[in-house]
Amino acid sequence: MAKKSYRQAINEALALEMRRDPTVIVMGEDNAGGMGAPGADDAWGGVLGVTMGLMPEFGRERVLDTPISESAFIGAAVGAAATGLRPVAELMFVDFMGVCFDQIFNQAAKFKYMFGGNAVTPVVIRTMYGAGFRAASQHSQTLYPMFTHIPGLKVVVPSSPYDAKGLMIQAIRDDDPVIFFEHKVMYDIEEEVPDEAYTIPFGEANLTREGEDVTIVAIGRMVQFANEVADTLAKDGINCSVIDPRTTSPLDMDTILESVEETGRLVVVDEASPRCNMATDISAAVAQHAFAALKAPIRMVTPPHTPVPFAPQLEDLYVPNPAQIETAVRAVAGYAR
Amino acid sequence: MSDAIKAVTMPKWGLAMEEGTLVAWHVPEGAPVRPGDDLVDIETTKITNVMESTAGGNLRRRVVDEGACVPVGALLGVVADASLPDAEIDAFVVRFNADFVVAAAAAAETGPPEPEMMEVAGNRISYQRMGEGSPPLVLVHGFGGDLNNWLFNQPVLAASRATYALDLPGHGRSGKDVGSGEITAFARTLTAFLDALRLEQVHLVGHSLGGAIVLDLAVRQPERVASLTLIAPAALGGEINADYIEGFIATGRRKEMRAVLGMLFADPALVSRDMVDEILKYKRLDGVAAALAAIAGDAFPDGRQSRDLKSCLGDLRMPAQVIWGRQDRILPVAQGDGLPANVPMHVLDDAGHMAHMEAATQVNALIEDLLGQ
Amino acid sequence: MLQSNRQDLLKAYTQMRTIREFEERVHTEFAGGTIPGFVHLYAGEEASAVGVCMHLGDKDHIGSTHRGHGHCIAKGCDVKAMMKEIYGRKGGLCGGKGGSMHIADLSKGMMGANGIVGGGPPLVCGAALTAKTLKTGGVAVAFVGDGGSNQGTTLESYNLAKVWNLPVIFVIEDNGYAESTASEWSVGGSQTKRAEAFGMPGTKVDGNDVFAIHEAAQEAIERARAGRGPSLLHVKLSRYFGHFEGDAMTYRADGEVEALRRDHDALKIFRKRVTEAGLLEAGQLNEIDTDIAAFIDEAVAEAEAAPPPTGDDLLTDVYVSY
Repeated sequence: MAKKSYRQAINEALALEMRRDPTVIVMGEDNAGGMGAPGADDAWGGVLGVTMGLMPEFGRERVLDTPISESAFIGAAVGAAATGLRPVAELMFVDFMGVCFDQIFNQAAKFKYMFGGNAVTPVVIRTMYGAGFRAASQHSQTLYPMFTHIPGLKVVVPSSPYDAKGLMIQAIRDDDPVIFFEHKVMYDIEEEVPDEAYTIPFGEANLTREGEDVTIVAIGRMVQFANEVADTLAKDGINCSVIDPRTTSPLDMDTILESVEETGRLVVVDEASPRCNMATDISAAVAQHAFAALKAPIRMVTPPHTPVPFAPQLEDLYVPNPAQIETAVRAVAGYAR
Repeated sequence: MSDAIKAVTMPKWGLAMEEGTLVAWHVPEGAPVRPGDDLVDIETTKITNVMESTAGGNLRRRVVDEGACVPVGALLGVVADASLPDAEIDAFVVRFNADFVVAAAAAAETGPPEPEMMEVAGNRISYQRMGEGSPPLVLVHGFGGDLNNWLFNQPVLAASRATYALDLPGHGRSGKDVGSGEITAFARTLTAFLDALRLEQVHLVGHSLGGAIVLDLAVRQPERVASLTLIAPAALGGEINADYIEGFIATGRRKEMRAVLGMLFADPALVSRDMVDEILKYKRLDGVAAALAAIAGDAFPDGRQSRDLKSCLGDLRMPAQVIWGRQDRILPVAQGDGLPANVPMHVLDDAGHMAHMEAATQVNALIEDLLGQ
Repeated sequence: MLQSNRQDLLKAYTQMRTIREFEERVHTEFAGGTIPGFVHLYAGEEASAVGVCMHLGDKDHIGSTHRGHGHCIAKGCDVKAMMKEIYGRKGGLCGGKGGSMHIADLSKGMMGANGIVGGGPPLVCGAALTAKTLKTGGVAVAFVGDGGSNQGTTLESYNLAKVWNLPVIFVIEDNGYAESTASEWSVGGSQTKRAEAFGMPGTKVDGNDVFAIHEAAQEAIERARAGRGPSLLHVKLSRYFGHFEGDAMTYRADGEVEALRRDHDALKIFRKRVTEAGLLEAGQLNEIDTDIAAFIDEAVAEAEAAPPPTGDDLLTDVYVSY
């Protein structure tokens, strides 16, 4: 088994599924790159190289470059999914959903229900999210809560290369529309990833650390930070369970509730803006269903309610960090009524 | 006098092991220890296991505290005669740790060796070779297992001969096509594996389903088998724990899988988070669900074993033995009752179905004894 | 040519009459308060749906608008199940979960009426992409209103269909009004010149003449099937009812609709043409009218008698698996 990056893991998942199933296609802006241009073909492989190498293997007919025209090509992906293909469309930055949200939340999400069950829409929309790239307010948002809010969509937020590959293959094989969130600063992190195809089911949280004192729920890139904090605090005798939901829709509340029943203490770490995000959603569910088990108030670690700033000094203040998580965990661990 | 000072170090159990956690000391600092005494519990990525002392004397220092995770080879403690002055013990610890940093850095550059891959009868077979010498020994895991199940055995048995642990088709990193899933088909693949490696005659060790497979091979090709060790083998009776088989096939969830895997051991607490993780990762691979279903459908239809090879044992002419954990909850130890005189039965009181993991020292010794005959 | 085949003529008339009868009846029943929500009726525009869809089979797809009943009928949706759907009943084409604006039957290549103006064209490009990728020989038709023609999604779809060379036909059904706003005011430039600007043929067609529509659609569809890319039809037609039922249409001229019904009605024009040319007998057409009236009576009666969905239906069909 070789170490592979988050980027390679996703690329490998796409290639394996395209080999397995001729109805799988990928499309997006510069997914190959250089379409119609005088220079190299496969010039970009997507803006951050995730789809590099697919076009030479599968051809322009299955790796489609698109005009910068998100409404049209995201809608086309949805329409193609409803009529027999399994498209994987790349919405370069999730912030750009502002120009194509209708096709996702009014069309893709609703076909099955509106049509009385007589539709399947197996589309995957890959998109980059998250701060830390000095990309400022329109290229840095963490918008998975907005998609999680929509019935009919599934929302995947992988936190590691292993998970990214297995969740992507599941997303492609899944018959429902899936929004697949890739954190732009995670593409180069590496770990052991099997060469073979495998699937990770949706709605099954991962337990990346196991401890009896505090439950930390963290999503996407925040899982790394939570793991770091758990390892640090374990040396001080504070043992944390770290739960990575992997998918925010469906959401594995059972695993979270079971853990909180055991620890009585919860910290939720979410890179999304603080109002109506996964932290508030999970906290509310825990307060509703595990109130009696709580030994301390729930703590949420999130960015402030501001756009993502540009200046590095400001952005570093914006993104939740391990020190903030550690402070929150120590506070709930040391809480006394 | 420093020759009399013995370093207790983090063992390397299995090639993938890079570090381990010292879970508990069994001996207070300063207390006497004898070779073979339980010294520490070590948690690896696979399992928690007890490490016995190889030296005698007193446990003069506990260098590593309970709960700490350290790299393979790191100094855990010091065993030495009670009469040695403290200063000499302290100096030993300082020297060891200074040298160890260098050794660890050098080892990190090479990394653990990867298992090898080979095409065998149209399937991709992954196997791990360790040691040199003839005749070689081949280790065959059971249903749902892989070559890593031998992590406490292969390094020890490899000290005086070549050893091969393989992933059966449908398992580990081997190809996932098991065809009919029949025991005889696996035995044919095993034969082809031996042919491909030009292993004329081998010692065979098989666990559970792997036991039935090596027995099948030994019956058909006795001339190739120098000795036969069957650990909790399948196909010696009808009964099998259907809850285990069904649970292993059906569940994809961590908590349920931990409970299922707990049935494999006398002490279910030995099942680590990483062990559960690795099983779940294996089960997610394409083709595994179909492979497990095919094997179980053939070997354990309707919750009973379909093959009974017990009557074949009496005809075996090579040295053979059966080893069984008394607390086996998958295949009852009573299935080893009434074996013919040429096949002695060894029952290990404190082990469950995974006797070679849970009572590795005893199992290794029994294998060495048989090979020495 | 439509005129050359008696069976096609009968089919065209039957479909147009079915749509007209369906819409007139929904208009009456809606006024009586038995239909929930709101409905947008296609009466007056029948020739467009029928003239285009007569060239299509089940492997071909269409995307429709909020004014979708006519497209559904022309594409072969079960009319009685449509009526039940509009009533929000069990046995409706969408189990009562979609209603008038979301009637769909993908097995017939009908990708749905669409509550979002301009929502359809990108989806239709997707259906065309499927046909092209899987080499089914299918084409896809986007019906768009004059209102929808100004949406970015529609204009983006022109471009995507062109650069991907998709087998798409955009049919702009220009009934003169985007809700209450005149298309003469709201559409800059011309529909056909917009098409030309994107490098595809654009043809203006008289929407009350099913023969003209049939002929123009044939050319565009053959072109798409031959892999020669998208084209556009600008169909000028008229709607007899308001934007939605209950619209008092105070923005229309006095006597406008009456004149349209009298002088420009697609069914009347068709009847005159085929009987004068001796292609069909008036009696045959009258018989069709009678049969369809009875059929729509049945459809309404069955819809009114059908039970509403139950609480269990609320929670199903959100996901294939969850």
